[in-house]
Amino acid sequence: MISMPRTQLTVALNEDLSQVSLYFIYFAMALYTVAFLAYVWHLSQASSTLKAVRKGASRIERGAFILLVFASAFHGIGVILRGVAASRVPWANMYEFSITGTFLVVAIYLVSWFFVRDIRILAVFLSGFVLLVLGIATTVFYVEVKSLMPALQSYWLVIHVTVAILATGFFNIASAASIAYLMKGSNLVQTSKLRGFALTRRILGLFPDMTKLEKLAYRFNIIGFILWTFTLIAGAIWAERAWHRYWGWDTKEVWTFIIWTIYAGYLHANATRGWSGKRSAWLAVIGFCAIIFNFTIVNLFFKGLHVYSGLK
Amino acid sequence: MDSSRPSDHVSNAPTEPNSSGVNSPELGLVGWLRWIWRLLTSMRTALILLLLLAAAAIPGSVYPQRSADPNGVTSYFQQNPELAKVLDGLQLFDVYSSVWFSSIYILLFVSLIGCVVPRAIVHAKAMASTPPATPKVMARMPAYQLVDAKKSVRAAVVERAANLLKRERYRVVVDGDSVSAERGYLRETGNLIFHLSLIGVLVAVGFGGAYSYSGQRLLVEGDTFVNNLAGYDSFSPGAFFNENNLTPFSMKLDKFEIAFDNNVNHKANAGTPIDFRATVSTKSSPTAPAQTTLIRVNEPLELPTAKVYLTGNGYAPVLAFSDKPCKNLNGGVRVIEGPFSYQGAVPYLPQDANYTSLGVIKLPDAKPNQYGVLSFFYPTAGKLPTGALTSVYPAAISPQSSLLTLNVYAGDLGLDSGIPSNVFSLATHGLKQLSGGKTGVKPIQLLVKGNAENLPNNMGCVAFTDLKRFASLDIDYNPGQGWVLLFALLSLAGLVLSLLVPRRRVWVKRVDDGFEVAALARGDDPALNRIVQEIAQELSSKKKKKDKDD
Repeated sequence: MISMPRTQLTVALNEDLSQVSLYFIYFAMALYTVAFLAYVWHLSQASSTLKAVRKGASRIERGAFILLVFASAFHGIGVILRGVAASRVPWANMYEFSITGTFLVVAIYLVSWFFVRDIRILAVFLSGFVLLVLGIATTVFYVEVKSLMPALQSYWLVIHVTVAILATGFFNIASAASIAYLMKGSNLVQTSKLRGFALTRRILGLFPDMTKLEKLAYRFNIIGFILWTFTLIAGAIWAERAWHRYWGWDTKEVWTFIIWTIYAGYLHANATRGWSGKRSAWLAVIGFCAIIFNFTIVNLFFKGLHVYSGLK
Repeated sequence: MDSSRPSDHVSNAPTEPNSSGVNSPELGLVGWLRWIWRLLTSMRTALILLLLLAAAAIPGSVYPQRSADPNGVTSYFQQNPELAKVLDGLQLFDVYSSVWFSSIYILLFVSLIGCVVPRAIVHAKAMASTPPATPKVMARMPAYQLVDAKKSVRAAVVERAANLLKRERYRVVVDGDSVSAERGYLRETGNLIFHLSLIGVLVAVGFGGAYSYSGQRLLVEGDTFVNNLAGYDSFSPGAFFNENNLTPFSMKLDKFEIAFDNNVNHKANAGTPIDFRATVSTKSSPTAPAQTTLIRVNEPLELPTAKVYLTGNGYAPVLAFSDKPCKNLNGGVRVIEGPFSYQGAVPYLPQDANYTSLGVIKLPDAKPNQYGVLSFFYPTAGKLPTGALTSVYPAAISPQSSLLTLNVYAGDLGLDSGIPSNVFSLATHGLKQLSGGKTGVKPIQLLVKGNAENLPNNMGCVAFTDLKRFASLDIDYNPGQGWVLLFALLSLAGLVLSLLVPRRRVWVKRVDDGFEVAALARGDDPALNRIVQEIAQELSSKKKKKDKDD
């Protein structure tokens, strides 16, 4: 159980501290914005036809990376303060899930940055995505710190949700690799004579080759799939305790199942001739779209037991 | 597709049916069956069935499902009766037990069995046999290195490679000038465990569901539930459920408490429930001693033959109705006098987060005419801008803050027709409303318990004598769920092995000027090149060390 004295009627909520947390998130967003622009700048410089311009690009990339590290530090502090303000784990509603989830995506990226060279170029996708999610979280999903409803008062909140967030993080990075892969392999991008496509081609030239991108996506997706399988099982164990059945086709359970099935399809596609490559990359992108759909549309508009957005 | 291959092996072109076979009469029944079986057990079919399954699951999240949300289905039928009939014909309110959903997953599992069983046999044979022979052209392997080496190194390289690979837990065969080694059999073992466990999950879900039951019972504080079919408000048994399997335990709801956040400084938070606690006394049999336990939302009561879960709660005002008018005492106080046409706790269903609650009382025994009552209870009454009453806090913030209102409806309640009716709703159609709403007669308002008030038209007296709470309890039994969990965890373990254990073959071969190292992986293996480099380095450098030692 989340520590909660049984007789006490109020929970230690600190609304001032949650404001401070929000300022940290805002500041992190500002830094992510600059980092994102710097990465865009880097891509435009590195893809230049002039050698002198290309030379300066790596310095910009280094600067952007430092910005990203600082942004993630502020982001992390914001997440921790939110947890302290609510005196519990900071992922009990959509706002908190968004800030914690994006922080973990960045953390996974930063850790992988040291081990997987090919991942570095994906920073522009990553910082852009994180910025977008944080923007929506602070404007649409924002709710004041709240005490935990009884159904969420369980250690499974820590296990089930953390692993779900981690899985989402891995799928997220994999989807970035798959999108780059599909763009590289797109006939339109590769053959069009329009000027914009020429630039896109030069930018895509900076990305690892298609084989590497495919492998990168695969490696992140298998970790994501293992974690997602665990999320599903942990969710069923928790549902058995909180909702009196381990599986009841609640809308959120349905979508967790759909996502699992799509990624299972992705793994099979990778081993099926005619399906590996582009089609499996599409499946990975569709799988990630289903995750986003599950988190936004299903949470907000579908009727079900997982009504934890905290929004009215 | 070649089903004897591991799933992570890029397969060859699918075995297309003989193009002349489709309309060839010689194919015959056996040929057709074989063709269907091959088609069904191919990886491509499995993939398409998986994607179909994902797509087929979507409507179940769009339309209300009888299993998860029966009330949603009912209201869908009321709002769109024509469309609902069509959707129901397509089984869109029972997606997960529908013919089309079931056929997809049954086909998928048949395909899975057809794929996994031959693979298990192939894998068993591979486990028993030796690694495959060294390829003639090593340089064709995806990871390859040619190392120049002195004669002394070359002389020992085969033996040392064999020892090195054995230490690294490869299965090793020495064949003249070369060593052939293979490792990672667990990858395929894990893959088979994963798929076989999924079959286990399906079977356990099926059997567990068939022997399971799930029943609901609403208990007002002080009430006792006895575990037999009559004790349930609603009951859904599995296909093989036998009434005799219900053990005769009993359970009394001693008290039900809710903790709300009562800190008014938390603007967004005041009034949110923090804890629900049902204290129950259970007896495993009528003669057994009673045991007191606490049921909370994430802490069901675990009995040997069932689990009891807390799923809902609300207020249950204790009301008394009499056909005689209230008796006036000194000081304007009114009291009710028996005999009572109704007396007892009435569970009021909460309508919002602040427990604005709706109760229905039917009085078929009232004299001279029967009547029904629609009643609202506001734990802390307040007014909306429209003037309508609402509850502003889920509990009574002061003894005077609660309010109970009653609207009386006269007429035939339809209880004698023999058609079962919902105790929580009053079909007001055909009844005449006597108070509240548009009647012009103010609804009867009862503040706090202890009050009594006259009914309109001299119909009698009503009194609010006490306030209790009720708890909705779910009593569930599912003998399969432990097995489901076991197989689910096994499949997870199998999945981890099948995705993360590298399966690779390594060969070392002595050639004229040195030796060759090559490796081949099944599936994606990020370490393949590194492994070849390391082995090459190890085999040439160790000798150098030895030279120095000499």
